[in-house]
Amino acid sequence: MNLMQQVGERALQLGVPLNVHLDLTYRCNEQCVHCYLDHHDHGEMTTAEIKHLLKEMADAGVFILTLSGGEIFLRKDLFEILERARELTFCIRLKTNAVLIRQAQAARLRDLGVESVQVSIYSHRPEVHDAITKIPGSFRRSIDAIRLLKSHGVRVQIANVLMTENQDDYRGTHALAEELGAKFTLDPIVAPMMDGDRGVMDLNVSESALHDTFRDESLIEDVAEFCAPPRAADESLLDSLPCSAGHTSCYISPYGEFYPCVQFPLSCGNVRERSFIDIWRHSEQLREVRSIRLRDLSSCSQCAHGGSCTRCPGLAFLEGNMRGPSTQDCEKSFARTGIPSVNLLSKKQQKKDQASPPRLVQIQLVPAVTGRRLAEMGNAAAAMAS
Amino acid sequence: MSRKVYIARSPRIAARKLGEETLVMAAQGSTLFTLNPTATILWQAADGVTALDDIVERHICSEFEVEPEQAMRDAEALAQELAGHGILLISEQPIPAVKNSPVQEQYR
Repeated sequence: MNLMQQVGERALQLGVPLNVHLDLTYRCNEQCVHCYLDHHDHGEMTTAEIKHLLKEMADAGVFILTLSGGEIFLRKDLFEILERARELTFCIRLKTNAVLIRQAQAARLRDLGVESVQVSIYSHRPEVHDAITKIPGSFRRSIDAIRLLKSHGVRVQIANVLMTENQDDYRGTHALAEELGAKFTLDPIVAPMMDGDRGVMDLNVSESALHDTFRDESLIEDVAEFCAPPRAADESLLDSLPCSAGHTSCYISPYGEFYPCVQFPLSCGNVRERSFIDIWRHSEQLREVRSIRLRDLSSCSQCAHGGSCTRCPGLAFLEGNMRGPSTQDCEKSFARTGIPSVNLLSKKQQKKDQASPPRLVQIQLVPAVTGRRLAEMGNAAAAMAS
Repeated sequence: MSRKVYIARSPRIAARKLGEETLVMAAQGSTLFTLNPTATILWQAADGVTALDDIVERHICSEFEVEPEQAMRDAEALAQELAGHGILLISEQPIPAVKNSPVQEQYR
């Protein structure tokens, strides 16, 4: 167990929200094809509200604060917020497309001691990246900003999302990240929109493309281990927590809505109406999320992947049941190991059943069925059932 | 010991108390440290204007059964170690607060 994991365990014991993801805005200057957000402004928190929230979060013990959006640099008060957050000694991580970062902004981020900046880059080819963001020239501006940040000594991570539009480009993007001195992460799935719309999921790559990606040694350090046969959950794992969402981490929207995670849009309260710590400690919804153990997941607890799956409870929630499986994670597990999950097998069976529907039963009208006879038939049915 | 030593928390760190311990992340290198309860006492008292021997006397010797000389040696060693990681500043002069220093608010 590394130090960060030990700290996470300690925070869990103490009930401390160690990590918070705060979206400052959903507005964006890009229009990415796979984005899960509604970019209209429905009443963002004001500067004063956010500063008040920062103080509440610091008092509650929040250490790592991820500020994201939308595009955070569209907020005119971004640096005022960052200054206040650094006064409160948060470890700050930013997520941005970096299009609006110039010399002055890069220098300010360095001076403020921002821990890292994650920049979304979808391809090493400008035309592919720009087709995804739908903004011509966005690739060049983002890459120029990364160079500026690096030249100022700011740590940069390039985040790539694998989708049909760029599935052949992740190696090139990885190489570009290395050339720029940036870390590289690849998210292999496109998540549904926060409102539940699953249309964007059509952009997910095929099963075979995912299979190949998971065996790419330039990306996966230890392919044999990563793609090893699954482990079922043993007794101790059955009592483990599904993930940190709602346990040591949470998410707050630009409108003050409090969720267990950005990918888990179960509203637990609003920080405009209740204090952060009150929601964290007393929300009924969080209490329910925290009560869930692997053994409570009817399908997953029985699954061959139970001990090694990366099931996201938020994706399961978006699929309709926070105690159910997340099919996207089942697909990832299948792509890694070649062994279908209980959920995938069940879905396959359902498809089969739908493909060959039961033979229609010929119903004949029975003439002159009286009320008395109907009652007798009902009694007979009841007797059979008992 | 005749010379005075002053210690101050670096303005380029992130820090938060977690129970009796303190998490400290150095901006440079993104390295995470956890300070035990005794180191946390020293850390919290590192205001740049209180001399280290005064900190030891007021906060360490009064709390723990330890010889003052031993406590001072341990405190100096710890301060040097933290300074080596860039999370603590050491000077023979009082260290003025850095304007907009992110560490002023938390321990007020």
